[in-house]
Amino acid sequence: MPLRAKVASSVSRTAAALSRAAGRGDGSVIGGWIGLKIDPDLLAHLSTGRAIALVSGTNGKTTTTRLTTAAVGVLGRVATNSFGANMPTGHTSALAKAGSTPYAVLEVDEHYLAQVLEATEPHVVALLNLSRDQLDRAKEVAMMAQLWRAALVRHTDVRVVANADDPMVVWAATPPADPAQGHVPPHVTWFSAGQRWHDDSWVCPECGSTIQRSGEQWWCTGCPLRRPQPQWTVEDDGVLDPTGAWHKVQLQLPGKVNLGNAATALAVAAEFGVRPVDAVSRLGSVTSVAGRYAQVDRDGRNIRLLLAKNPASWLEAFDMADVAPTLLSINARDPDGMDTSWLFDVDFSPLGGRQVLITGDRAYDLAVRLDVNGVPFQHVRTFDDAVRAVPPGRLEVIANYTAFQDIRAELDRVN
Amino acid sequence: MSTESLRIVWIYPDLLSTYGDRGNALILARRAQLRGMPVEVLEVRSDQRLPATADIYLIGGGEDGPQALGAQRLIADGGLHRAVAQGSVVFGVCAGYQLLGTSFFAKGTRCTGLELLDISSDRGPARAVGELAGEVDPRLGIPYLTGFENHGGRTHLGPGVSPLARVTAGVGNDGTTEGAWRGKLLGTYSHGPALARNPALADLLLRWATGVHQLPPLDDTWADRLRSERRTAVAAAARA
Repeated sequence: MPLRAKVASSVSRTAAALSRAAGRGDGSVIGGWIGLKIDPDLLAHLSTGRAIALVSGTNGKTTTTRLTTAAVGVLGRVATNSFGANMPTGHTSALAKAGSTPYAVLEVDEHYLAQVLEATEPHVVALLNLSRDQLDRAKEVAMMAQLWRAALVRHTDVRVVANADDPMVVWAATPPADPAQGHVPPHVTWFSAGQRWHDDSWVCPECGSTIQRSGEQWWCTGCPLRRPQPQWTVEDDGVLDPTGAWHKVQLQLPGKVNLGNAATALAVAAEFGVRPVDAVSRLGSVTSVAGRYAQVDRDGRNIRLLLAKNPASWLEAFDMADVAPTLLSINARDPDGMDTSWLFDVDFSPLGGRQVLITGDRAYDLAVRLDVNGVPFQHVRTFDDAVRAVPPGRLEVIANYTAFQDIRAELDRVN
Repeated sequence: MSTESLRIVWIYPDLLSTYGDRGNALILARRAQLRGMPVEVLEVRSDQRLPATADIYLIGGGEDGPQALGAQRLIADGGLHRAVAQGSVVFGVCAGYQLLGTSFFAKGTRCTGLELLDISSDRGPARAVGELAGEVDPRLGIPYLTGFENHGGRTHLGPGVSPLARVTAGVGNDGTTEGAWRGKLLGTYSHGPALARNPALADLLLRWATGVHQLPPLDDTWADRLRSERRTAVAAAARA
């Protein structure tokens, strides 16, 4: 590593430690920010000599990164950005802090995938899904898919692990080969993780025709784009690998969506030579991920935290949540997006019959939505009021990003 | 009403549904049902024929490509023009508002609109993203408009339409006026579930569709709280 990079890396670690000691945060961004100021190529320097996997997509990337880190850990030490700091500053901090490791698994914000591919030259990139998220400032879904596709054209040596159930991902993962430029199509391993949300992929990104669905199959009515045959699939409470062997997966994380994330993690680890039979038991060691799925006991209530940031992840959260009293909390601060329109893309009727409480900066938007859905609810001002309003036992908390962080702070920043 | 039930058509949800546009159909249906009206909501995809006999047609927002495609298919289909000729109600939001006009810009080219409203749209200097508020045309008899806008268009109104509102926050058509209406056709830049924040606008569409001049009032406690919270937030942002 060049001297400048060494200095930058050391300063980065110190800044992160200071930030943590000062109680300003978990240090996962500030260290990388300072390091990149000193050496703009620091991320590339820190990546050299490591076998790296990138994990990107709208939903599930933090959890899948954690599961993949556990699976790749079979082979040796793995650096990872486990606090969900998923932009280049976060990657830089994570790699600087980890020191020399043979492997790294990095969660990447979908907008930064091209840049991070360039800097880290990964061995594998996992593409999970693309759906609408924070539309007041994020790229629209088709544009995002186009960016991914353009990035993969330039990195045809990277091995891609991609979701066969999402037409936008399949299209992004299969850029046209250009033999004149020496481009060959990337090697893709397909997994099927199921997809509850379809509303961003009714129109073919290739030709604009309608995409038809029947069961798990989908196909474009106007061009050859269709669901590829997945090599990794979820079956019952386990994962089928490409050899046809079935592995029982015992997770401490709820929901079918996390079984899909487990299948993805095993598929990514397999690209490094990890056998699923060796990795599968390690997946059960993941309990909660930066507060997601964390359980806290307070005043006789067992509180479980579920993060839901966009329509697709709300649908998954309803599937994961027990039939129990449920607190919903919505903010619309900068990290959440300022627009609450997406509430009407979510069908809240699965909550009918449960005791529903609402809170957060934008509780009234939620109130109007639930009213239209015919779901009765009670508005509470504080988290403590919510805890007092439910009987002893399970309280499910479903919140969007900053609302989730607010509640996590109430619970002493539970991990 | 055309039949014994109120028929609401949501036009091309496969193309024009980006920001919770479904909300407008859900809200109209709910408010009609609470008054004892039977309601039928039809979602008509862009590869299906548009029925010409519904009472209310909803067109939502969308990206450039789907907007241009949606306009082409609606012109080729002709169903919406027949419905308007028979007196149906049309409510267009954002991209769906623009395509009701004579022309709009998508992907850098001028596209022909449905020519149902005397408006034309082009590109503004910057994208308009944020809270939108305005005082509604007094002839419509409804309180102030509140919403969220996210668009790059600027819309010019011809003599054949009236502005929906005079802008008090945000951009709307051009920073001065917002939306447009003529007869039973109404369009707005207040995107997505615009009716969630404007229940009186929802009732206006229902009155137009049913010919009933007085609808029984509903409990709008939560919508009223939301409206006043947004109004306070907009005022606070203006002072800052």
